[in-house]
Amino acid sequence: MSGTAAAIAPDARPRLPRGVRLMHSEAQGGWVLLAPERVFKADAIAAEIVKRCTGEATFQAIVDDLAKTFNAPRERVLADVTAMLRGLADKKLLEL
Amino acid sequence: MAETGQAPLFTPLGLLAELTHRCPLGCPYCSNPLALDPRDSELDTATWERVFSEAAALGVLQVHLSGGEPGARRDLVEITAAAHSAELYTNLITSAVGISAQTLDRLAAAGLDHVQISIQDSERGSADRIAGYDGAFARKRALAGEVVRLKIPLTVNVVVHRANIDRIGDMVALALTLGANRIEIAHVQYYGWALRNRAALMPNAAQVARAVETVDELRRRHRGEIVIDAVVPDYYARLPKPCVGGWGRRSLNVTPAGRVLPCHAAESIPGLEFWSVGQHSLADIWNHSPAFNAFRGTAWMQEPCRSCARRDIDFGGCRCQAFALTGDARATDPVCHLAPRHDDVVALAAVQADEPYAYRRM
Repeated sequence: MSGTAAAIAPDARPRLPRGVRLMHSEAQGGWVLLAPERVFKADAIAAEIVKRCTGEATFQAIVDDLAKTFNAPRERVLADVTAMLRGLADKKLLEL
Repeated sequence: MAETGQAPLFTPLGLLAELTHRCPLGCPYCSNPLALDPRDSELDTATWERVFSEAAALGVLQVHLSGGEPGARRDLVEITAAAHSAELYTNLITSAVGISAQTLDRLAAAGLDHVQISIQDSERGSADRIAGYDGAFARKRALAGEVVRLKIPLTVNVVVHRANIDRIGDMVALALTLGANRIEIAHVQYYGWALRNRAALMPNAAQVARAVETVDELRRRHRGEIVIDAVVPDYYARLPKPCVGGWGRRSLNVTPAGRVLPCHAAESIPGLEFWSVGQHSLADIWNHSPAFNAFRGTAWMQEPCRSCARRDIDFGGCRCQAFALTGDARATDPVCHLAPRHDDVVALAAVQADEPYAYRRM
């Protein structure tokens, strides 16, 4: 994913729509995002991001929290998370 | 995040539960086999419950409740609840004929995650003619409305062929009107009933080329609005499809009577030994049944597959198609441009006829 994804409003509250859920599967060896007739494997970082998309936390708070938790530059986290969430939203896996 | 391609050690992701072969519609491309399982052979509720719990233990994440028309089962709500209790993602694949608004309410309460409704065309008359059922189109629209009202995500499935291929744009517009999040545009695959109706279903090359362009353009136009998934038209392809993600690698199919197949058409290949959930656990069948092991890996391949750089990408294509078109299930899928029999596919695609359908009937 490129860094050109459209910005997400700081006060947006991203959440998984009905019919999409994150799950840990021992047999599949990790986190998976289940969606209509599709299954996406989520690496540890992606899972950490998606877990925070509860519909309660704002986008700004999610980015702050991730930057703090992973001790990473906020600007970099903002770009990466924006790109990932935009990608998920395009696939109808996330509501912004 | 990447869509899962190859699961290590062949852990299945999805289970297609063909709850019944009964169906009010008669679509001439039905994916059910020509020899349909009769009602009195169907698995009971308790057996499906066991199958779902064994499937979840095996690693299966999603169950596709299909048929025939799953609404023909009186215990559909109990079956759905059992799949949900096993923590499986539940997907109802329905013609919409036979599912009432009340049943849908109960299915939603039982934990149904997603609904896929098939639509035969964007025009009522043509749609009902293809389905072989007067009034089907109106009932599909009505049930789609109920699904959206309950806020369950909706996929519209459209099977594309010569009678409707010129209306892909209208069908996507219809899906948007209905409130679908996703549309599946699937060109007919020629097995079973569709093989029997091949000439009547086969589009011409110009139609196929336009269809591919249309889908690309619609995807760009509706990005973020609706997901458009398209299945390529087999006979016009240069490379074969990695059928079911590879034989015995990602999915399994349980027939109404309980036979477990690597794909829904697998019984068209003679000589394979299928095991049944009545005699074996699902894990035993997945790991040890002769049918599942018949085309796993690459040892069974012939040339040009055996030394091909794509052998772990498309797995030699589809075994059922290889058998249907060459008489040898180990042959390279003749859809592949490298297959010795590829010219046969090109010739067959040119056989097109506006003749009456042989409708699927029990």
